[in-house]
Amino acid sequence: MSRANGVSRWLAMAALVPALAACGPGDSAGGAEAGNAAPGAAAVAPSDPGNGTTQRAGAAEPVYGFGTPATASQIAAWDIDIGPDGAGLPPGQGTVAEGLEVWERHRCVLCHGPTGREGPNDLLTGRIPGDEFPFANDRSLRSTVGNYWPYATTLFDYTRRAMPFDLPGTMTDEEVYAVVGAMLYFNDLLPADAVVDSAVVVDTRMPARDRFVPDNRTGGPTIR
Amino acid sequence: MQDGARDEAEAGHETDGSGGDVDDRDERSGLTRRALIAGAAAAAGGAITAGATRGLVQEAPDPTKVPGARPVTVGSRSPHETPEKLLSGSMGGSSRTPLQDLHGIMTPADLHFERHHHGIPQIDPASYRLLIHGMVDRPTLFTLEDLKRFPQVSKLLFIECSGNGGGAYAPSPSPQHTPQSVDGLLSTSEWTGVALSTLFEEVGAHADATWFLAEGSDAAVMGRSIPMEKAWDDAMIAYAQNGEAIRPEQGYPARVFLPGWEGNASVKWIRRIELSDRPAMFRDETSKYTDPLPDGTSRQFSFVMDAKSIITYPTYPQRLPGPGFVEISGYAWTGRGLIERVEVSTDGGDSWHDAVLQEPVLPKCTTRFRHGWEWDGGPAHLLSRATDETGYTQPVRQQVLDARGPGTRYHSNAIRGWRVARDGSIEFAPV
Repeated sequence: MSRANGVSRWLAMAALVPALAACGPGDSAGGAEAGNAAPGAAAVAPSDPGNGTTQRAGAAEPVYGFGTPATASQIAAWDIDIGPDGAGLPPGQGTVAEGLEVWERHRCVLCHGPTGREGPNDLLTGRIPGDEFPFANDRSLRSTVGNYWPYATTLFDYTRRAMPFDLPGTMTDEEVYAVVGAMLYFNDLLPADAVVDSAVVVDTRMPARDRFVPDNRTGGPTIR
Repeated sequence: MQDGARDEAEAGHETDGSGGDVDDRDERSGLTRRALIAGAAAAAGGAITAGATRGLVQEAPDPTKVPGARPVTVGSRSPHETPEKLLSGSMGGSSRTPLQDLHGIMTPADLHFERHHHGIPQIDPASYRLLIHGMVDRPTLFTLEDLKRFPQVSKLLFIECSGNGGGAYAPSPSPQHTPQSVDGLLSTSEWTGVALSTLFEEVGAHADATWFLAEGSDAAVMGRSIPMEKAWDDAMIAYAQNGEAIRPEQGYPARVFLPGWEGNASVKWIRRIELSDRPAMFRDETSKYTDPLPDGTSRQFSFVMDAKSIITYPTYPQRLPGPGFVEISGYAWTGRGLIERVEVSTDGGDSWHDAVLQEPVLPKCTTRFRHGWEWDGGPAHLLSRATDETGYTQPVRQQVLDARGPGTRYHSNAIRGWRVARDGSIEFAPV
């Protein structure tokens, strides 16, 4: 399995996935399809499965005119995802030392333990010697940020949107940078005196970064 | 006759004790049943001219001799029928459908399995908005009423958590598994809503958008990245389930629905969709819902649920009452389209017989299969294996082990089985 670098391989994968999805039949037996095509609807049949080679675009003008234009501020209020390229990372910074304080103050310790390896809930800390990746062959292995997560941007994204568990989404961006720093420090991916900002989150090379491959199951007789 | 036999078998639940699953309350005794009937008659205002009494046990009144109950504004099950979901997960994150208690293919909405990642949000439909933005000409906010004005789509579809069946893949699966405990993260409903392609037409999706990011408004703001082709194919925003508004635990007031794909990607309580040219690499498509492989890689975006089947009758903790006719029955399903064939073995796979596929047989929906079997009273090992229209046949466990290794945790679809002993007792025994 080749392991192409960078996000670019996902562009190729986007062309692979629909080939799998298209193995199913159309919508013939499933129930009522959309009603009569509205004036101005694009000529492409709504149920035509993508074949991965042609890209499709929406209509040049609204077809039905339902809905309200979204303003930039409305979009900004909800547009919280952080891309693997760092897109969406906010200004600000935090230190590992501050992160260790955040770890206590926001009670991260209650679910993840003093250093992220004690539980009782998801393990966050732990490397595998040589950064090997024997998860398929060793059922006892537990995945962690250090041995399984491919992007530190995901760590920032998930922590900011969903943590701490009892007060989700309430940490400041500076607190998130700091506590992400603490988790990377727990995993020996940052030094104790590190200052974490957007560049550090993007540039921190995660050990499992190149381990992920597209789905190669295609239906048919082969078990994959 | 066979219904009577089945009732007897199910009444055997309580004597088998453990399993902790379902149905050990409604059939506890004839006394309970009679008391319930008498109570129902009393509640309905009927004159309780109870029939004969034997000791302290009050016989149920002859229903042809007392006025029946009046209509009600919202119906409820017979007090004799108390199917329940099975709660699981240390964080209270899931509940499982009682597959063994259901008939046909539909799942009652209140028995639909649950898997959520930070609880069930309370959402006011009046203030609900769906934002679609990113690589579109016209970023738009849709109210719930807006969504309902578009042309509808409505289909019978299964949805299955990709972690379903993990208990069958364990090195030594518990013989006390029930259909519900091993594969109850599977449900089937009629899902109604608006095709995502209709909305993407409306907002002017860009031709070079290859992924869309979907986020819910739960406390985890659960997110997944989905290839655009699925939107142009058959993805929908669903707002109704089995004819009524979606239940809160299923995503009220609106959710993404991706037919045939792992349930996690059908983001509930959908709040925002951003069209993009790459996935976001959310937590639930990197740290979770990825499948380690023996070559040191991990399969990502493994969306499609491959063909699978499970016998739901007869199963643990039921007990066959004695030799004679048994109609073996269960579900088969595949995310790749139609179930083409289901075979049943009663001898552990030495011989296989084509099961009857009960209509309707629909793509990306559960299909009910049935197979008549004359039990001779000897040991038997019941198996089912499904084949879908792509020619994919449900594998044995060793085939999956060879392909993926023992450490993978999702997409467990190897053949499930049930071992019948001479005394009619049944244990879970996959192969």
